[in-house]
Amino acid sequence: MKKLLSLMLAVAMIFALAACGGGGEVVDPTEEAGLIKVGIINNDPNESGYRTANDADMKRVFTEENGYEASFAYSLKNDEQIAAAQKFIQDEVDYLLISAAGTAGWDTVLKDAQDAGIQVILFDRTIDADESLYVASIVSDMAKEGQTAVDWLASQALEAYNVIHIQGVMGSAAQIGRTGALDVMVAENENWNLVTQQTAEWNAETAQQIVQAVIDSGKEFNVVYAENDDMAKGAVAALDAAGITHGVDGDVIIMGFDCNKWALEELLNGNWNYDGQCNPFQADYIDEIIEGLEKGEAPAEKVVIMEEKGFDATTITQADVDQYGI
Amino acid sequence: MKKNSVKSAFLGLFRHQIFIPIAALLILVIFNLVADPSFFKITFGHNNAGDPILSGNLMTIFNNASELAILAIGMTLVTAASGGQDISVGATIAIAGSVILRILCGAQGPRPESMQAPIIVAFLVACVVTMLFGAFNGVLVSYFKIQPMVATLIMFTAGRSIAAWINNNQLPVIKDVSFGYFGNYIPGIPIPTPVFIAILCMIIIALVLKLTNLGLYVQAVGINSHSSRLNGLNPEFIKFITYVIMGLCVAVAGLIKVSRISTINYSVIAKDIEMDAILAVALGGNALGGGKFSMTASILGAYVIQFLTTTLYKFEVPSDALPAYKAIVVIILVVLSAPIVREKLGQLRKKIAPEKATGEA
Amino acid sequence: MSGQNIVLKMRGICKYFPGVKALQNVDFTLREGEIHALMGENGAGKSTLIKVLTGVYQRDYGQVFINDEAVIIRSPQDAQNAGISTVYQEITLCPNLTVAENMYIGRQKGVGVSWKSMNSKAKEILESLEIPAEPTQQLGSCSIAVQQMVAIARAVDMECKVLILDEPTSSLDDNEVQKLFKLMRDLKAKGVGIIFVTHFLEQVYEVCDTITVLRDGQLVGEYPIDELPRVQLVSKMLGKELDDLSDIKRDGEVSEKSDSVAVLKVKSLKSTTGVEPFDFEIYEGEVNGFTGLLGSGRSECVRAIFGADKTAGGEVFVGKKKVKINKPLDAMKNGVGYLAEDRKRDGIIGDLSVRENIILALQVMKGFFKPFSRAQAEAFADEYIKLLQIKTASVNTPIKSLSGGNQQKVILARWLLTNPSYLILDEPTRGIDIGTKVEIQKLVLKLADEGKSVTFISSEIDEMLRTCSRLIVMRDRKVVGSLTGDELTQNNIMATIAGGDK
Repeated sequence: MKKLLSLMLAVAMIFALAACGGGGEVVDPTEEAGLIKVGIINNDPNESGYRTANDADMKRVFTEENGYEASFAYSLKNDEQIAAAQKFIQDEVDYLLISAAGTAGWDTVLKDAQDAGIQVILFDRTIDADESLYVASIVSDMAKEGQTAVDWLASQALEAYNVIHIQGVMGSAAQIGRTGALDVMVAENENWNLVTQQTAEWNAETAQQIVQAVIDSGKEFNVVYAENDDMAKGAVAALDAAGITHGVDGDVIIMGFDCNKWALEELLNGNWNYDGQCNPFQADYIDEIIEGLEKGEAPAEKVVIMEEKGFDATTITQADVDQYGI
Repeated sequence: MKKNSVKSAFLGLFRHQIFIPIAALLILVIFNLVADPSFFKITFGHNNAGDPILSGNLMTIFNNASELAILAIGMTLVTAASGGQDISVGATIAIAGSVILRILCGAQGPRPESMQAPIIVAFLVACVVTMLFGAFNGVLVSYFKIQPMVATLIMFTAGRSIAAWINNNQLPVIKDVSFGYFGNYIPGIPIPTPVFIAILCMIIIALVLKLTNLGLYVQAVGINSHSSRLNGLNPEFIKFITYVIMGLCVAVAGLIKVSRISTINYSVIAKDIEMDAILAVALGGNALGGGKFSMTASILGAYVIQFLTTTLYKFEVPSDALPAYKAIVVIILVVLSAPIVREKLGQLRKKIAPEKATGEA
Repeated sequence: MSGQNIVLKMRGICKYFPGVKALQNVDFTLREGEIHALMGENGAGKSTLIKVLTGVYQRDYGQVFINDEAVIIRSPQDAQNAGISTVYQEITLCPNLTVAENMYIGRQKGVGVSWKSMNSKAKEILESLEIPAEPTQQLGSCSIAVQQMVAIARAVDMECKVLILDEPTSSLDDNEVQKLFKLMRDLKAKGVGIIFVTHFLEQVYEVCDTITVLRDGQLVGEYPIDELPRVQLVSKMLGKELDDLSDIKRDGEVSEKSDSVAVLKVKSLKSTTGVEPFDFEIYEGEVNGFTGLLGSGRSECVRAIFGADKTAGGEVFVGKKKVKINKPLDAMKNGVGYLAEDRKRDGIIGDLSVRENIILALQVMKGFFKPFSRAQAEAFADEYIKLLQIKTASVNTPIKSLSGGNQQKVILARWLLTNPSYLILDEPTRGIDIGTKVEIQKLVLKLADEGKSVTFISSEIDEMLRTCSRLIVMRDRKVVGSLTGDELTQNNIMATIAGGDK
């Protein structure tokens, strides 16, 4: 019995170790001449589908074939990320690419990088530091994403908008941006009402419960505005159970964000109406900037805002799903 | 005479620990009755697939409390035997869900056209995996004598990463509608399936407690492991086995969770459910330091928590404020169960009781 | 009796618990410079009276006066402020703090702590009382006896008017008891009133001036020591004329059955607790015992036989069959029962009911998948509650709410229920009242008459002399002798324990 137990323990430990391997670890680069050395600091790809796609995109672009020698460090913790940055500075990388976990505390390490002649490019997330400390930052404009979505909704020209608004984790950049546009619209227009406005903290199941509660209370609604795909899915599950139709030709308009592949397929099938993109594909933008810097050209703009689309169920194609789905 | 026996029965109930969850439930029921009696309305309708369903707040409560009730079973045993709690259940539910999806997807990638294995196989594999992780926790707690919260902190931290790793960070989606039966409705049956699964689990644990000595052994070990050993029990093994049982509960809860939406989100699935499960045990009047337990009270506690949650949703309390309300419940519970308050309450009762006696005479 | 100044007066004290009248109209008077024994069987109300006095319980009726001034004591802190200090039977100090910290914990004024002066003061007191402990030593690393002494030192240092010693001697050896008595007499000379609660009659007559006897929560009376002979005291405590004690001496030598096969026999058994390998055997219907000073290894021997501690070699035979006993369950399956020395730690399962406590061992032997029905379990419990006259409200009462003696009877019932052929009783009479003690002794002899074998361990040699037909004497974790028949005299045992001329 004891032997069996220790065996199980060992197996479980290996599992645990294997899983831990992903976080906070720096992959050592192999020395090779002629390649541009980049150190990439990112959030844990397990965090979300968005992050997984983002990481995959970085790995697609920064390869030896493309002339890069890339090292990756992952952590959801700011201090671990900063420690990784320091290690990259010691390793004398040429470029430091950072998607910061937190906005504060980066000044010192970025100055060190500057002193060592390392150029810093921020992607996906901004930080609270002097602009002179980095050459460029490539970000999504969440407020714009929200605006695009709300504009689309307005273009549907409904008589009345009774919206169930399901928010992400309160205070996150995505939540603030995506909530802002809708709040403004509701405040300015008589025929726009919020039936409920609740956070489901990106959780499908919580969203399902919130929508369930609205249905059980018997309130009228015709729009579900969910700030990510998971929550939209949860909302739809509640509607399905209650026998309420949704999507194209349905009673309720379903809106989501992030453009997960499965979500776009829902659009393609007409179950949902709208999905807003949050573009995780920054690698090509960065590649372009580095190419320019290598030639001695400074980037045209310090802050590069990525192009982000919104997809409508009536116009989306299989090609869109394949190209933009994450 | 009859009046007396009713009264003594009531007093007995008052002293019994199940009084706590029942009182909490009554308060919630009365509150809702006063605020809006339509809260209890159950309506019959059809879902989008054209199948009959019953809906209403009560159905929502029964439906959504299922996972919690199942976890409360395991958490009660773990608490009673080891005097601590397993805080890794949320993370291991993620693992269970991930394993189920991984098996169902097979070699077809994250979005298979059809399931690549029978659901039962996927579920059984998930059971084995979560029981192994339960065994891991159990070994740390019982044989290495690590405090339960600290021991399970390991899986609490690593679990969701492991879950993501099992599916290569992909987010699998199962299209086959039959997979959704476990978390939603089976066509033709108007009551959500999780309710039946929870009831099945309760029947099983009731039978186990009736037909075996699990309850006696777990309580004996939890109260005094030295004495238990001298009575021929193996305290380490009994503690260990409760964590394995917890693992089994996790697998069942995991199946319901992933079936509800046919997919998984590693970082948020069953988030913070361990705290609710612990709260259910506490709400059931069970000592979190181990020892005597009442399974019925724990399970009832789980339903009270969901009742509270649904009530708060109904009154549009912001869902990020829910933990604050639960915290209030915890504070009340902790204060009420403090020995000093109990003593004072006892004195108060004594003061009232003799007056009543004279009044009746 | 020095001085007639009354320092403590309790009048008409009543205390009720649900279903129990723990104290009814009890008076108690303590004078300056007096050592006052508080006597009574377990459940007589001694502990309750002490707890009322120290603020652990609130009295329901009655008054307490200190120096003729009415005081209301709501908490132990109030009691301390009123000059009442207590040393309880169970150590109530913190084992993980140092000796000095334990002596001064909760007594500093202000926030700051001067460790240096605290340690030096502590050292002074320890030395003056000849307590073998360093102020900076962790309390947990001291022996129980020394911990007890530290607790007394703490109480003494608090400038108390009333010092309560609740069973302070139960874990001390004779030498230490003498030291304690010296200390008590010193304090008495200083005018401190001492309330002394104990089960040891000898000690009462050695050191006390006055005796107050309680029975069933009521006051029996207060007597000057010279006016109350022992026999009278015992009879007042029990509420009946006492000739039981002399009754139970066994008639003749029943147990000489060396021709038959031993019920249990061990050869050079060794446990990891450090007892030397020892041989041991016991025959049908025999009562034998291990004796020796505290820490001589008597409990370790029987624990090794029962498999309670890990064994490190040796052979065990049950009848003619060689068996392996690695854990208690092995021993139980071979017909061995073991009532452990420390009732609280190793005996009772506090929160479980009397019924569950009684059936536990038999249930474990029966198996995980074969629980007794509720009715069956209650029948078992009722049978033994009747047989052993266990005082309990019902079979469903938690065992922890029973008095010490009744708890012990429940544990005894648990082992009797398993119908063992060989029963080990390790200090079954410690800390329980005389009535129950006698009952247990009688029971042991009755079991032997029924053909069961019993090993009986007790710190009280006369108790062992009354019950055992053979004594195995231990010294320094070694078996040093075995006495039977005419050799069984107090003097002989003492000599063997002390060693020397053998």
